[in-house]
Amino acid sequence: MSTETGYIDHKGKKMAMWFFLFTEILFFGGMFLLYSIYRYKYTVDFHSAAAEENIILGTINTCVLLTSSFTIALSISFIKQGKKDISSVLQLATILMGIAFLIIKYFEWTAKIDIGIYPNSTVLLTLAKGEILFFGLYYVMTGLHGLHVLVGVVVISFMLHFTRTETINRENYARLENTGLYWHFVDIVWIYLYPLFYLIT
Amino acid sequence: MKEGYAEDHVVATGIYAAVWLALLALLAATIAVAKLRLLAQYSVLGSLAIASAKAALVLAFFMHLKYEGRFLKSMLSLAIAALTLLIGLTFVDVWLR
Repeated sequence: MSTETGYIDHKGKKMAMWFFLFTEILFFGGMFLLYSIYRYKYTVDFHSAAAEENIILGTINTCVLLTSSFTIALSISFIKQGKKDISSVLQLATILMGIAFLIIKYFEWTAKIDIGIYPNSTVLLTLAKGEILFFGLYYVMTGLHGLHVLVGVVVISFMLHFTRTETINRENYARLENTGLYWHFVDIVWIYLYPLFYLIT
Repeated sequence: MKEGYAEDHVVATGIYAAVWLALLALLAATIAVAKLRLLAQYSVLGSLAIASAKAALVLAFFMHLKYEGRFLKSMLSLAIAALTLLIGLTFVDVWLR
C-alpha cells in the first residue's frame, strides 16, 4: 500500500477479494441447499413449474453473461500491457452486457407477474405446494443474483472512470482485477442457476 | 520495488477466446442434453456436471486460478468442501428422517 516505496501488494489485495468471494459462495450456497432439498421433496411440482420458464430468454442471458466474463477478463489483460483504450472499450462492453442481462430479466419477471405469478399472489397460492416453493426460490435466487449484476455494473462503471483518469494503469490494476473476480463469480452463480431453473422440465 | 506485480503474467488473448468458445459449446451441450433427453434419468446429473465444467473453466482461466499459488487453491477447495459437506449432511438428514 505504501506509495513511498512504490510497492503495491497485489497478492494481498487479491487474497482479500477471494476471501470475500468465499463468503459469497456460502451465501448463495445456502439458497442452493434450500433448492436441492425442496426439489428432492417436490420433484414433480418443480418440473411442472419450470415449464413456465422462458428457455430462450434464459439461454440468451447465459450467452450475454458468459461473453461479458470474456470481455472483462480481456480488459485486464490489456491494462496489464498498458493498452488503456481497448481496455476501456472492453469494460464498457461488459457494462452494456450487464445492463442487457438486467433488461432481459425485467421482461422475464414482468411476463410472470402479468400472468399472476409473483410472491403471495392469489394465482400463485392456488398452485401446488412445490410449485409455490419453486417460484419463491426463483424470485429470491434470480433476484439476489440480479442485485449482484447491478452492483457489478456500478462497480465496473467506477473502474472505467478510474481507467480513463489513469488511476488504474499498467502498474496499478488490482481494483480492476478484483472487480473481474467478482464479475466472474456472479457469472458462475448464473451458470448453476440456468440449468436448475430453465432446463429441468 | 516492483515485485508485487512483476510476477503477474498476462494470459494470451487466444486462450481467453478459446475458453469463451468452449463455454458456448458447453452451453449448447447442456441444452442438447436437457431437450433431447440424451441422458434420460441422469439428465440432472448431466446438467450439473456440464455446469461444473463451465465453472471450472471460468475459475481456471478467467479467474486466473490456474496460475495462482497453492495457498489460494487450497482455500477455495476448503470453501467448496464446506458447502459440499453442508449440502451432503443435510441430505443425509432428509433421507434418514
